[in-house]
Amino acid sequence: MTGSLIFAVPSKGRLMEQTAEALARVGLNLRKTGNDRGYRGEIEGIDGVEVAFVSASEIAQYLKSGRAHLGITGEDLIRENIIDADQRVELLRPLGFGHADVVVAVPACWLDIRKMADLQAMAPTFRRIHERRLRVATKYTNLTRKFFQSKGVSDYRIVESLGATEGTPASGAADLIVDITTTGATLKANGLKVLEDGVILRSQANLVLSRHADWTKTARAGLRAVLDRFKD
Amino acid sequence: MVAETARKFQALEAQAQRLMAVFTKAGYEAVAPAIIQPADVFLDVVGESLRARTYVFTDPDGSELCLRPDLTVPTCRLHLERHPACDVEARYCYNGPAFRFQPAGADAIAHPREFRQAGIEYFGSTKREEAEVEIVRLTINAVRSAGLKDFGLRIGDLGLFHALLDALEMPERWRARLRYHFWRPDAFREELARLTRDPAEAVHDLPADLMAKLNRDDLAASEAAVSAYLAENGLELVGARSISEITQGLLAAAADAAAEPLSSEAAGLIEDYLKVRAPARAAAARVRDLMENRGVDLGSAFDTYERRLKLLAGAGLDLGEIEFSAEFGRNLEYYTGFVFEIVVPALGRGSPVAGGGRYDGLLKAVGAPEAVPAVGSAIHTERLLAVVNGDGP
Repeated sequence: MTGSLIFAVPSKGRLMEQTAEALARVGLNLRKTGNDRGYRGEIEGIDGVEVAFVSASEIAQYLKSGRAHLGITGEDLIRENIIDADQRVELLRPLGFGHADVVVAVPACWLDIRKMADLQAMAPTFRRIHERRLRVATKYTNLTRKFFQSKGVSDYRIVESLGATEGTPASGAADLIVDITTTGATLKANGLKVLEDGVILRSQANLVLSRHADWTKTARAGLRAVLDRFKD
Repeated sequence: MVAETARKFQALEAQAQRLMAVFTKAGYEAVAPAIIQPADVFLDVVGESLRARTYVFTDPDGSELCLRPDLTVPTCRLHLERHPACDVEARYCYNGPAFRFQPAGADAIAHPREFRQAGIEYFGSTKREEAEVEIVRLTINAVRSAGLKDFGLRIGDLGLFHALLDALEMPERWRARLRYHFWRPDAFREELARLTRDPAEAVHDLPADLMAKLNRDDLAASEAAVSAYLAENGLELVGARSISEITQGLLAAAADAAAEPLSSEAAGLIEDYLKVRAPARAAAARVRDLMENRGVDLGSAFDTYERRLKLLAGAGLDLGEIEFSAEFGRNLEYYTGFVFEIVVPALGRGSPVAGGGRYDGLLKAVGAPEAVPAVGSAIHTERLLAVVNGDGP
């Protein structure tokens, strides 16, 4: 339906299940439609809303470009993938699942490094001895840059890491990491510790609105219908 | 992003010819360093703010490359290629595109992502102030030749700041930290406050039993104590840092804790100095008064500043019109001494039409055997053209 509210939700895994559950709790039941391998859907009993099942990381792109009006995804992915997030999207409400902290973690054997400031104080010495900057492995390059800058740490290089980031200090591919953690167990198993002031973001799934989408009359009506269910 | 029209290209080319004529006539050799540069060399030497705005890519061979975000580093690399020992004096000039990511909503005239820099670099001159003033004079002559009339000159001097830190009583480690933070005012203030408050804070959360076993005069025993502590606590030695480095870090923290806090007079003097912003001559008097009141001697750094002013006056510049700002910091961390900017009212301070300064560490950072005196400047030619044409924002 042209002009419909496009609502982007995670297409697979635990995040999809939790999204469906959270929506069902407020009386919004997702239903896949058509035969296009299940990437489209609707919400039972609400007209003018078209559900798009998209991978969680792509949802940020959909909201950024305005291809979707509304979406559910982690705040970490929003902040990482949309540099000017506050101009482009609005986080309407946290949904209470998909909790993950984006943290700075260093080898636990670095007894002398407990805070970001210690990292900064140590960096010039490290550079002199090892003839290179500290390497930070992460897939959150934008969040890392912003956070390190706010803490006055600049003597480092980012190494992009798309998987098994927590293993990079042990393998020698990096010296420290920025990654998500829920319990800290994986970090510990890899001989890492989180810096005291190294929590960049306490993230969870959010209902997010795109400011750049085409807000037709139908889309606005669809938004009201969805948001009404979230009241109280 | 504003599309470049053919007409604007011609106007830019005509302007560039005028700028380059000024430079080549003064004995600067025109060079064209490579647009595509190896990413690692580049990203290692530029500061973080520029690094985040550099376009980096991987070629089919797997090499990490970047589009140059400025022409100074490429010119250094060119010089090094010609003279690996960096033992000759050289003057270069250039005009060509540079590339920087601009956040959405950035003003397209003042901050395009592809822009043309025209500039000069002067390597290896031991007549330091003369070289600096030559660069300022030529940069001003160049923008004037392009038709710029109404502009201001701002100057700063990291040499004065470094001399102030050297003159104040504190461990060398703290000086290094304060120098390091000069570029980030918030982090600088925080560090200064921390040093005056309670340096012992540095060890509050470190394991006391281990700290008691460390002795800076017996490194071997200290390292053994650290190794034993790691083993007892089931901590593996992960990563590139050795036991020795970790031990040195702990010893540095212990030394900080044992040191007298930075006196509030010293911290106050640093803060007062950084607030100095006045016409160049008046600023010198102000700095002298501040230092005399506290009995601090800046030594040759102050004489250097005065000598530079004399040379600037000799070059025909009105010192009353030059603004000195102690806090004048550039986003490029590679500057090491004198810095300057040419600003115009139409664009404001955030968008200078030209700027430059001394960067004695850069050639070494890209591979020279030792530090080489270097000073240079670059003109943002799109901004210059826009201001001269009166079509600025």
